[in-house]
Amino acid sequence: MIKVRIPTPLRPLTKGQGEVEAKGANIEEMVDHLEGAHPGIKGRLCDEKGELRRFVNIYVNEEDIRFLKGKDTTLKDGDEVSIVPAIAGGN
Amino acid sequence: MAKMKALICRECGKEYPTKAIHVCELCFGPLEVKYNYEEIKQNISRKKIESGPHSMWRYIDLLPVEGAPSVGPHAGFTPMVRAKNLGAFLGLDELYIKNDTVNHPTLSFKDRVVAVALTRARELGFETVACASTGNLANSVAAHAAAAGMRCYVFIPGDLEAAKVLGNLIYKPNVVEVEGNYDDVNRLCSEIAGEHKWAFVNINIRPYYAEGSKTLAFETVEQLGWRAPDQVVIPMASGSLLTKIKKGLQEMETLGLIGKVKTKINGAQAEGCSPISTAFKEGRDFFRPVKPKTIAKSLAIGNPADGYYALKATAETGGAMDMVSDEEVVEGIKLLAQTEGIFAETAGGVTIGVLQKLVKQGIIKKGDVTVAYITGNGLKTQEAVIDAVGRPVRIQPSLVNFEKTFKMGKNGGADA
Repeated sequence: MIKVRIPTPLRPLTKGQGEVEAKGANIEEMVDHLEGAHPGIKGRLCDEKGELRRFVNIYVNEEDIRFLKGKDTTLKDGDEVSIVPAIAGGN
Repeated sequence: MAKMKALICRECGKEYPTKAIHVCELCFGPLEVKYNYEEIKQNISRKKIESGPHSMWRYIDLLPVEGAPSVGPHAGFTPMVRAKNLGAFLGLDELYIKNDTVNHPTLSFKDRVVAVALTRARELGFETVACASTGNLANSVAAHAAAAGMRCYVFIPGDLEAAKVLGNLIYKPNVVEVEGNYDDVNRLCSEIAGEHKWAFVNINIRPYYAEGSKTLAFETVEQLGWRAPDQVVIPMASGSLLTKIKKGLQEMETLGLIGKVKTKINGAQAEGCSPISTAFKEGRDFFRPVKPKTIAKSLAIGNPADGYYALKATAETGGAMDMVSDEEVVEGIKLLAQTEGIFAETAGGVTIGVLQKLVKQGIIKKGDVTVAYITGNGLKTQEAVIDAVGRPVRIQPSLVNFEKTFKMGKNGGADA
């Protein structure tokens, strides 16, 4: 199982839970699995073409998936995934 | 009707009430304040602004607060310095330095955004404020929270300059040093913000907070005698400041306070963290996040939230972006100090270095009225220049010794 941390804007879809479990060999499969358990979540994370939206940040074990393999980043049992909307600081 | 209409998603246009939220629940796009410009136009005039307080609050009609400022009443209205010496050195006829190294109370442009953020946070009923910061923001939040009597948590990366760490501790907030870089701090704070009902100035209060940067544009216009410059050079970390200066200039035009704005918006980054400038130079409208490695720590954001909008703003105005090496950052700091007597932090070195590059490339021309934004104070980043400024000349306390050292005769010599 993979632990997925859910940000506030998506919690209405997870019955208020801040953390859910999911399955999948990679991020894309995990998103599909989440959609099965929490219908509507994929449409929030991905655009019409199925690509992750511009302002969605996904981290696997604290590493940004854009430094890994994006949607194809592989997942294994026990991995922790965070979904985080973009924020800003500095100048 | 109130001057704020709603919060609106910059991506999909969905509207929300003006509460402590920052992300569109449909598409995750960032929210920003939507104003009632028709009504503001009825209330605002050059004369009214000119008779307002000697602070950024003279532009309160264009800031996202409902009542009077309750935090940070003295922020802003910093000097606009006609930089004749630096201009002559670079070959520019009319160069200005917008000098936020002397902003009140914590010597960076962050005092502007924090004054707005904390005033708004109070209006929304918060008692605890927090932020993720590369340093200057934390200093400003800590100082303003102390003055406002609010509980405060600041989260900073583990490698900050000593003065920026001390500049938090002195106000006695909870200072949390996170093992990692700013992007790690940012991600952590975003998750903390989901769990605690705090006013995170750059997370759930961000739509209001970011608007404070517009006052740099308003002051620029007023201090130049109610005209917009031809060129501006702005340091970029998240890219937010650049987009807000553009928005501020546009609002001046929308409200009829000045004529058509033709300002070219230019962005500056350090080579060791230049996701936005790199994307611009490669002609892309999206950026690739990077792992920052630069002495310009206040700009060291590898995953810039407003990077996309900064690219768009620069492209729309016909501006440019560039980046400079750490050595050029140091040279830029020294150049500004030695020509204009202004000691900027590393971000200022980035701005001056890129200004110099854009002039050399012919992008900024001799006759262009140009404003460079210096957003933070050099006393906070002394580590960056300590090995580049030499040592004092040490002598015995005797007149003979002094005159021998400087090879002077009586009544003349070296200083004649």
